[in-house]
Amino acid sequence: MEKHIQLPLTEEVAKTLHAGDSVYLTGTIYTSRDAGHKRMCEALARGEELPFDPTDATIYYVGPTPAKPGQVIGSAGPTTSGRMDAYAPTMMSVGARGMIGKGARLPEVVEAMKKYHGVYFGAIGGAGALLAKCIKKCELIAYEDLGAEALRKLYVEDMPLVVIIDSEGKNLYEDGKAAYLASKK
Amino acid sequence: MREIQAQQITDVVEKLCIEANQYLPEDVQGAIRRCRACEDWEIAQGVLDKIITNFEIAREENVPICQDTGMACVFLEIGQDVHIVGGDLSEAVDEGVRRGYDKGYLRKSVVKDPVRRGNTGDNTPAMLYTEIVPGEQIKVTVGPKGFGSENMSAIRMFKPSAGIEGIKDFILETVETAGPNPCPPMVVGVGIGGTFDKCALLAKKALMRSTDERNPDPYYADLEAEMLEKINKLGIGPQGFGGKTTALALNIETLPTHIAGMPCAVNINCHVTRHKTEVI
Repeated sequence: MEKHIQLPLTEEVAKTLHAGDSVYLTGTIYTSRDAGHKRMCEALARGEELPFDPTDATIYYVGPTPAKPGQVIGSAGPTTSGRMDAYAPTMMSVGARGMIGKGARLPEVVEAMKKYHGVYFGAIGGAGALLAKCIKKCELIAYEDLGAEALRKLYVEDMPLVVIIDSEGKNLYEDGKAAYLASKK
Repeated sequence: MREIQAQQITDVVEKLCIEANQYLPEDVQGAIRRCRACEDWEIAQGVLDKIITNFEIAREENVPICQDTGMACVFLEIGQDVHIVGGDLSEAVDEGVRRGYDKGYLRKSVVKDPVRRGNTGDNTPAMLYTEIVPGEQIKVTVGPKGFGSENMSAIRMFKPSAGIEGIKDFILETVETAGPNPCPPMVVGVGIGGTFDKCALLAKKALMRSTDERNPDPYYADLEAEMLEKINKLGIGPQGFGGKTTALALNIETLPTHIAGMPCAVNINCHVTRHKTEVI
């Protein structure tokens, strides 16, 4: 099913999304990957605030290429989400709800998603030039020294995604493959 | 004896870093289009269409196909009658990478220490592989390698008694474990034989070979075809959403090995399998 979603990603909206849904996201999202997540979780452990309000926030696991003159952002496809598995439950525990990336997640992340009504979206890995087209604004908000891994606030319009794992724990990687194989029997 | 200036090597590496990241090789483009034509699963068709649109945008707008512009793997086949003058070879290659990644607006993805981390800021050092060959030319190949797929690669030191079935099972197991992580449809590079280190290098070299080119030994050409077919029956599909197109190609390279061993390495690459070559 095709759905157009306006961010932020509230619990009510999250519950309407199901694994396999084709989704177009519009609104503000935040970028972070390995080093940024490590810093954010260390900050939370010290009792500090995050550089952005995590309530109902969606985080895009991406490290873009530098923007050419005239570009909002360089190529900006998803990185492998599994490397953020160590941090994702902590991020959801403070209110973050949406995650955009690619690749498998650990069972503990799926459990946290069920508990906090999180949604894991897949963007097409390797389609960085195409995905950059839906990013209309890009602002560096923290950890500038991390270069491509710095925290950025993005405004996206109709970002094409697929729900990989929904808030009930249903998983397109398992169900999609099984459905395809069943169709060949 | 022919003299080649180190500066020439820098210039070629700079150019190849940029071009390899913006223009997907013709053979990989062709393989993706052929797979799209054969794909019968709807969600997979949609993903392959977007992948095709993406490499077309990159080519037309001179932007990187993927944001992971990789570690710069640089292969030099240096003719034994060449004398490199006017600078240090490794530094000349690194300078080419430094300039290419700067001028091409490519991402700097290298950390200076594997444990303590810290970005080097210019994507150096290159992963440099040199080979001395007959002649008086230098063949330069730049293959930017992303790590989403590199992380899903594996090597195993088999006993010879494991035989060809052991190797087949290992290839399938590695691809199945990789699943959606390496951005399928993937290209699979397989090295068989040599020593532990040479075997891994064979697998990397297999990824630099055209996806249209089969192993010249019919035994291994048949194995390439058989394993590609088996991989494409796993059902992983483009991006792991299900479908027929899990791999675009599987290339095997081999070397003689020890009487006691049968090493096998599987180096996984994504649908953005990049490499560009120029001869100086």
